[in-house]
Formats: sequence, C-alpha cells, structure tokens
Amino acid sequence: MNVVPISYYLVLSAILFGLGVLAFVFKRNIITIFMSIELMLNAVNLAFVAFARAHNQLDGLVFVFFVIVVAAAESAVGLAIIITIVQNRQTLNVEQVDLLKF
Amino acid sequence: MSVPFILFFLFALASVAGAIMLIVAREPIHSALSLILVMVSLAALYLLLGAEFIAAVQVIVYAGAIMVLFVFVIMLLNAGVEQRTNLSKMAPYAGLPLAVVLLFGLAHWMAHSAIGTTVANGVGAPTQTAASTRLLSEMLFRKYLFPFEATSILILIAILGALVLARKPE
Amino acid sequence: MPLLDHLWIILALPLAGAAINGLLGKNWPKSAVNSVAIGSVSLAFLAVAETVREFLQLSANQIPWVKTYFTWMTAGPFRVNFALQIDQLTIVMLLTVSFVGMLIHIYSTGYMAHEGGYYRFFSYLNLFMFFMLTLVLAANIVVMFVGWEGVGLCSYLLIGFWFLKQSAANAGKKAFIVTRIGDFGFTIGILLLFWTFHSVDFGTIFQQAANMASDTMAQAGVLTTICLLLFTGAIGKSAQLPLYVWLPDAMEGPTPVSALIHAATMVTAGVYMVARMHPLFSRSPIAMLAVAIVGAITAFYSATIGLVQTDIKKVLAYSTVSQLGYMFLACGVGAYAAGIFHLMTHAFFKGLLFLCAGSVIHAMGGEQDMRKMGGLRKLIPVTFWSMFIATFAISGVPGFAGFFSKDEILEAAQSGPHANTALWLLGLVAAGLTSFYMFRLIFLTFFGKQQFDEHKVHVHESPRNMTIPLMILAFLSIFGGWFAAPHLVGGTDHFDSFLHPVFASYEIQHPAGQEESLAGSAGEEGGIKPSPAMGLLHAVTGPPVIVGLIGILIAWWFYIKRPDLPKKLAASMHGLYELLLNKYWVDELYAATIVRPLLWISTNVLWHRVDEGIIDGTVNGSARVARDAGGKFRELQSGNARSYASWVVIGAVSFAAILLGVWMKVR
Repeated sequence: MNVVPISYYLVLSAILFGLGVLAFVFKRNIITIFMSIELMLNAVNLAFVAFARAHNQLDGLVFVFFVIVVAAAESAVGLAIIITIVQNRQTLNVEQVDLLKF
Repeated sequence: MSVPFILFFLFALASVAGAIMLIVAREPIHSALSLILVMVSLAALYLLLGAEFIAAVQVIVYAGAIMVLFVFVIMLLNAGVEQRTNLSKMAPYAGLPLAVVLLFGLAHWMAHSAIGTTVANGVGAPTQTAASTRLLSEMLFRKYLFPFEATSILILIAILGALVLARKPE
Repeated sequence: MPLLDHLWIILALPLAGAAINGLLGKNWPKSAVNSVAIGSVSLAFLAVAETVREFLQLSANQIPWVKTYFTWMTAGPFRVNFALQIDQLTIVMLLTVSFVGMLIHIYSTGYMAHEGGYYRFFSYLNLFMFFMLTLVLAANIVVMFVGWEGVGLCSYLLIGFWFLKQSAANAGKKAFIVTRIGDFGFTIGILLLFWTFHSVDFGTIFQQAANMASDTMAQAGVLTTICLLLFTGAIGKSAQLPLYVWLPDAMEGPTPVSALIHAATMVTAGVYMVARMHPLFSRSPIAMLAVAIVGAITAFYSATIGLVQTDIKKVLAYSTVSQLGYMFLACGVGAYAAGIFHLMTHAFFKGLLFLCAGSVIHAMGGEQDMRKMGGLRKLIPVTFWSMFIATFAISGVPGFAGFFSKDEILEAAQSGPHANTALWLLGLVAAGLTSFYMFRLIFLTFFGKQQFDEHKVHVHESPRNMTIPLMILAFLSIFGGWFAAPHLVGGTDHFDSFLHPVFASYEIQHPAGQEESLAGSAGEEGGIKPSPAMGLLHAVTGPPVIVGLIGILIAWWFYIKRPDLPKKLAASMHGLYELLLNKYWVDELYAATIVRPLLWISTNVLWHRVDEGIIDGTVNGSARVARDAGGKFRELQSGNARSYASWVVIGAVSFAAILLGVWMKVR
C-alpha cells in the first residue's frame, strides 16, 4: 500500500507558509493581514502533524493543540485591538495607521 | 495512483487554492471564507495523517470559532473594498520578491530534505492511532501539564484583555 | 653645622615673604607689608652670612658642599633631586644677590611709597629673590633651570607691574618671549647634557667631563654643542646680541626692578651659568671663542647705542648690556674669576646707578629725559655724589671698584692663555665709549644750566630709606673692588685666590704636566718680578685707564665746555646719528622679518586653516556625519507596517539562508 511520503506534506506546508508571508506583505487591510497570520500558523500546524506522524510520536500533536489554543487567544485580543484602531482612525488601511514614526 | 494519494492531492489543491484566493480577493469577507476553506482542507489532511482528534479540534475551534469571530468583526466594522494605497516603497520591491524566494526555498528544501525522504515509509498503520485521543490526553496531563495550565491562564488573560479593549469608550 | 645642613632655609625665607604678602597683604597697611618683605630678605641675608661663616670652617675636601633634600623626579635613568650646593663661587653670588637685594628692598619702600599694588610689588620682589637664590644654590642643572625660568617669570611680572599701561604690558611680554627663545636652546642643551652624561648633577657631569677628550678648534663635538646651546640661553637671559632687545624695553618697569633684576642679578645669571659650567666650556674652544666674540661685540655695539640716548634709564640699560658683554668676554678668554669679579662690582655700581636714576626721576617728579634736567647737583647732593662715585667706578677710574675688574678682564683678553687681540681692541674701545656716555649722563643731568622750570618741578632730595642704600652701595663701589688691589703691586688677588679652587677643579691636563691656569688672569709671565711701585705704575697707566680718561675728557669738552658741539656734530654726521638714535633699527628689523610673518602664519595658517578648517572641520564634520547618518536611519521608522513586515521577511530569509548554509556544510 503506497502511503504519501511525508515530504509531500512538508512541501505543502512550506507552500502555504510562503503564501501566508506573501499575503502579509502584499495586503493592506488589517483584518486580511491578520488572517494571513492565521494561515501561516496553520501551515506550521501541518508540519507539526506531519512530523508527529513521521516519528510516530504524539508530542507533535500536543504542540498543535497548544498552537490552536494560543491562536485563539491571540485572535481575540488582536481583533479587539483592530476594533479599537478602527474606532480611533476610522480606517482599515494599515498604511494610514502610521503615527509611530520619526 | 492509490486512494490516499488522490485524496492528498485533492485536499492539497484545495488548501493552496484557498490560500491564493485569500491573497487575490478584493473583499475581506472573501478572504475569510477562503481561509475557512484552507482550514477545512487541512483538517482533512490531518485525518489522512491519522490525527483525528486534531482534525476535530481544527474544525471545531479554528474554523468554527476563530474564523466565525473574524467574520463577525468584518461584519461589525463594515470592512469594504480594500483601498489601493501604496505608501510603502519597501513592500513591493523587497518584501514581495523575498517572500516568493522564501516560499520556493522552503518548499524545495523540504522536498529534498533528509527528514522528508527518510521517513517516506515511516508512516504507520492506522491501527496505531486508534487510541490516539487517550494517549494524547495522557500526554497532555502528564508530560505537558505545566504548559496546559499556563495556557489556560493565557486564555483568561486574553479574555480580560479583549474585554477591556473592546469596551465602548465612555 | 646647622645652616649648612639646612640650606633650604635661605630659600624658604623669601618664598614665605612672597606668599604672605601675596596672599594676605592686599589690605594690610604699608608698614606690615614692609616688615614682611624686608624682614624675609634681611633674614635671608643673615642666613647667607651665617652660611658663609660655616663654610669658611670647612676643609678643602668637603667643598663643594652638596645637600640633597628629596628626589624630585625619576623616570628610568633620569633622576633629578632637589639638591643645593655651596662652593666659593656660590658664596660670592649669594652674598651679592642677598645683600644688594636687601638694599634694593629697603630702597623700594621709599620709591614705591605712593604706588598702588604695593603688596604685589613686594610679593613679586621676594619671589624673585627666592628664584634667584635657587638658581645660584642649585646642584644640578634642572634645579638651576627652575630658578632660571622663575626669575624670567618675576621679570615679566615686574616689568609689567603697571599692567594697565600698554607699553609696560608689551615690554613684559617682549622680555618673556625673547628670553624664551634662548631658553629653548637652554632646554635642548639640558637634554643633550643628560643624553651625554646620563646625569644632571654638576658633580657627576664634571667628573665625567674631566675624563673626556676636549674638543678642538677644528672639530666640534658634543661638548661644544652643549656649551653653545646653553650659551644661547645665556644670550637671551643676559641680553646679548641678538637677543638683547628686551632689556631696553624692560625699563618700563619700576626703577628698583631695573636695578635689581636688570642690572645686578637676573641678567648676570647667564654669566654665572657659564662660569659654573666652566669644565665643559674649557674643553670646547669653539664655544669659548663664540662666548668671547659675542661678549666683545655686544660690549662695543651696545656702547655705541648708549652714546646718543636721551632717556636716563635707557642709557643705563644699554650700559648694562655692554657691561654684560665684558663679563662674557672674560669667560670667553678663560678669565672666569675676572668675569665673576666684574659681575660683583657691576652689581654694586650699576645697581647704584639705577637707584640714583630712580632718585633723580623721583626728584624730578617722573621726568626721565635728560635734556630736560641739568644743574641738579646742588639740589640733590646725596644722589649726585652717589651717582658720581658710581660713574667713576663704571668708567674704570683707578681706585674705584670697576677699575680692578675691568682691568683684569682686558688684561686677560690681551695676554691671557686665550688672548685675542681683536677682541681686546673691541673691549678697549668700548671702555672708552662707556666712560664717555656715562659722564655725558652725569654732565647733562647734574651740571650745566637747568633746562626745567623750577616753579613747575619741585626738586627734592629723596627720603632716608632711599638715600641710605645709595650711600652703602657708593661705599662698595669704591672699596668693593679692593680685594684685587694687592695684585697690582705684585701681591695676590684675594678674589682670584678665593675662587681659585672652583676654577682650578676639573682642569685640563696638558701632556707636559702643566695645568692651564684658568683661575683669574695671569700675572706677569716669568722674568724678573718688578717692584711693587713699578707694578702699580704699570697698572694705572695701562690702556684701559688711558682710554677711560680720554672718554671723560671728551665728555667734559662736549657737555661742559662747548655744549653746542653735540648738536653740530649730530647735524654733520646726520646718518650715523640717526642710526645710533634708532638703535640700528633692530627692533623694526625683527618686527618686519620675524614678528609680522609669524603673526601672519598664526592668523592665516594656524588659525583659519588648521584650527577652524581642520580641527573644527573634523569635529563638526564628524558630528554632521553622525547626524546625517542618524537622519537616514531615522527614516527606517516610517510607521508603515508593510515596510516593517518586509524587513522582517528580509531578516527571516537571510537567517534561513545562513542556517541552510551551515547545515549544508555540516552535512
């Protein structure tokens, strides 16, 4: 029975991560940038699960568990911040939130 | 071509398509929905890898709660079409090319890495993961007890933070 | 031997006086300042007298008596102790400096009675005594240099005592700067001295020098170089050609200062130094010749300028330069004792001349131009007689102090071991010129018609604290030279024999075993010793006396008998007269060739280009570079999250690349 080589999963993880970085750099909407962060986290999760499978250990899965939990917490706080920003600056364009400059 | 392979490529394609749509979409709500697609595909891939519990958690928590939160916020803020400002000179000229480099470099490396090739046939039978949830929980409450507790505190802090931040200004 | 063990007391006393007066005396009454100043100097003189008494009880092998007090500085092999020494030469200098210094301090209480800054004057004067005594007592050349520089400092302070007067301030500056040029040579001489002998102590240096071969006229070795360098210091300090230009200007200072510093003591420091270093000089014929030539030419040159000066103090200043030339001439022909002898008698009569001039100026209410004086001898008799005696002394009239010393010098120049006929002639002519212009001064000032209005100028004799020092010095101007009197009648010159051990030490041994007699002038060479009477007749009818008397006669002819003659002569020899009156335009020459170019360089090159351009440019430039760089870096913080994200990506990629590279290599 042919199984899918782990390397395939890893390549997929890398591709997703790269796309996440692209989105992070390219997009201007704060929420979209935030979502790209989630994409990157997901890609990493995939890598973890793949490695857990590869080494036949469950530590990788525990790590994924924690990553998801922390992602949840982080999204909650992050979105709260975004709401505050929008309330203050009336814009969702990250390039217009640039007061912290020289 | 065996069934796992076909399934793998199917879901892989779906996740990559979702990711690309996330980049390309004009409206943030479209990006959010694409991201949900990615997550669900990834959950399927987890199943293929034999991590059922994680797949379930992924769908319930990640796609079901976090992304819903995102959608709610988009709705709340009435996020519309993204503006086409381009104030950063650095981003298109340095960030983009390098991000692409990163993408392909990582992918290439992963493909030809030792770990990828050596464990090609290290994937065990599905029978091994039958008690994976039990084993997982045992590991969680034994080996990783401290991180578990710390994470619960982290969630508490996050809740408080979110509450404070999102309050209406008086 | 209490005082000989504690020689530092001699130095501490005037230093204490200077410190007390300088720091505390500002609001004291004049009597308090006086007691501190004169008290310290008198006590110093008593200490010197006691030291002399103890010294005379020493045996010959204890001399020179050296006392080391503490190690001042060490740097590897370089070691300088604060050490004082006494030998016969030191005794002569100590007595001269402290006694004349004491008299001038007393005189100053009268002269400066109406001046502001009274306490400051006496503080500086005491400080000067301290430094001069340090110079004289020094047992190594570095301590001597301390005294050397210190007296230069006090000279500057005292010349510019009335510092609010522009000309006085300039004169002080000029004195210091010109002597500095000489001091530069002196410093290099000290360095070369240490480099050659690995010590700065006189004893050690002379021991080593005695074992060295002497340089010859054909070849100048390190000894000659050292002597020439040290001599440049003496040229500056003792106002010889070409560094004499500060001394006439130094007359801007109060007259007691001119008397003490620029006649009796400081300017003689150069002569003392040459005498002290005689073992080195005797071994460098070139240096000795240089000393003698400079001395003789200066004596003649300065006398010519003095012929036509109209300011009473300027005449005396040029006379001082001229007489110092005599002293160097003496040292240059090997007659060191004669040079020191003349130093001592010169201190007496030149000090007296300056003090009398001060008295005259005081009497005339500040007037210094001799053409506006005249006929003063009846009005200020004490001053007149003192000055008259001093003038006889300086003119070398037999019986007075100057005769003995000048006679010895000229005799050594004529027939001593290093005799030189050309220099002897110069000295002789200078002697004639000296007596001429000194008597010109006397006749213009004290004789003839009064050129001033008696109702405008209230001529009065000076008070007692001024006239008593005059009288004491007048006495010394007559009898101070009588040590050498027996020499004329075939006996021994007491002065020479007293100094003999000093100048006979470290003598050059000639192959035939004969020693060169460097002590004093030679007497009659071999042959039948003439009878005392013949010797006396020979002495008093010698060329110096003849020339001196001729000078007096001409002065009498020009200024008493036919007072219209000088003007006619000046008119007929107009060019020469102008040349002399304007001091050969040397000051103007120096200003044009040295001072102005230096000022130009300082302003345009050093100030504008180096200081403003390079130094400021570098400092400001580096600051500007920092600021500009900072400005550029500041732009990184644009506030734009996308560019920040790009930077993060760049960092991540580079890091990954490095890791990959490392991992690849490890694999």
